[in-house]
Amino acid sequence: MAKQSIVPFGPQHPVLPEPVHLDLVLEDETVVKAVPSIGFVHRGLEKLVELKDFKQYVYIAERVCGICSFGHGLGYCQCVEDIMGVEAPRRAAYLRTIWMEMSRVHSHLLWLGLLADALGFESLFMQSWRLREKILDMFDLTTGGRIIFSVNCIGGVLKDMDSGMLVQISRTVDEIERELRPVADTFLRDVTVGSRLNGLGVLSAEDAKGMGAVGPMLRASGVPYDSRLTGYAAYGDLSVEPITATAGDSMARCEVRIREIYQSFRLIREAIAKIPQGDIAVPVKGNPNGESFMRIEQPRGEAIYYVKANGTKFLDRFRLRTPTTSNIPPMLDLLRGCQLADVALLILTIDPCISCTER
Amino acid sequence: MEYLNTIEPVTLEQFMPEVVSLKMQGWHVTQLCAARVPEGYELSYTFGREYDLRTLRLTVAEDQPVSSITQIFPSAFLQENEAAELFGVKIENIEKDYNGRLYRISRETPFKEKG
Repeated sequence: MAKQSIVPFGPQHPVLPEPVHLDLVLEDETVVKAVPSIGFVHRGLEKLVELKDFKQYVYIAERVCGICSFGHGLGYCQCVEDIMGVEAPRRAAYLRTIWMEMSRVHSHLLWLGLLADALGFESLFMQSWRLREKILDMFDLTTGGRIIFSVNCIGGVLKDMDSGMLVQISRTVDEIERELRPVADTFLRDVTVGSRLNGLGVLSAEDAKGMGAVGPMLRASGVPYDSRLTGYAAYGDLSVEPITATAGDSMARCEVRIREIYQSFRLIREAIAKIPQGDIAVPVKGNPNGESFMRIEQPRGEAIYYVKANGTKFLDRFRLRTPTTSNIPPMLDLLRGCQLADVALLILTIDPCISCTER
Repeated sequence: MEYLNTIEPVTLEQFMPEVVSLKMQGWHVTQLCAARVPEGYELSYTFGREYDLRTLRLTVAEDQPVSSITQIFPSAFLQENEAAELFGVKIENIEKDYNGRLYRISRETPFKEKG
């Protein structure tokens, strides 16, 4: 057996935007085992549900993460609505879907920028984030906020979009789509990008399912699972098809995210074309009593929300199983056998969100 | 789309055979969480297959040890460590046991007491 050494990786690392630590057991430069450590900034946000009114808690749920913020608010609200037998108006469901898909575009463009930065491809990083700014401008236009915009409420949404805003979103989506093409082509066809991603960290469909992978990580291994197909918000009215790839490697994960951006553009246009007139929220009276599990297809993968209520305005339990919690175990499998130089890139390809995980 | 989303109470004796049976039928673990109840802890193990979800609900006394499911579903290790560390649930034989050091928190089992 070759001599083994242990290399500490993180929690502060140029490629990692958030703190995660790995003890990498190496034989020469090959990783034979990786032991993860998280928990550097655990905030106990789930516990706050016992101290905040269930309507106030929407604002806490949104602050679990800056990138998945809207979806966390939505998942929490849908759980409480399910317990209380409240149905948000159809217009609110469509508005939620539009904001959710814009969040997906924002998240995937952010990830593409981080990937380019990790590759040392600075102009590609800047182009990705330049396009992301346009989506943040649309959040600003429609909500007044760019990252955390607090529009979800129990029973619907707090803000409407007028026809001018919907036209502006359509125009911006067209513009980003046009400008994204050369950027996407560079990710998918450039030799230097391909040399780092092709064949790196191959996850088979069987392992992806067995180890609980979710989101683009699962679909890049050829598994056509997308929880938007369960039909929450307005997804039941829209044509959602899971985006898959078959290679299961890092390039496949990149390709799935890029194709999902185009899919989000199409879903936003479809939702704008179909959005009905009407109320944006229904009044909610009383307190919830019961429990509910809900899932949302967040940009990073399926998130599971659980609410347990006791008939008072304070809930017994809120639980959020984040996509990263599910993607860490298969990531550890991927790291086994890779080269030390590829570790950072491999971690990045699962699009880890430690902020969500340290809720 | 119609799909299953059930919560099924099980006893401690029924629990492991049921988990093994779910594994044999192609289910995977999607979520695991603890909640405080007057009797002790309410543990919810959610399993997914395609778009169906089944949650096994186990209620145990505070000091009652529960076997880890990581021998059957290795990917459950993070969530089992979390339940042990935040709530103080006694989970035995977790494959990757952090022994209370998953999270750098200043208080032991901070979710155990209400409020």
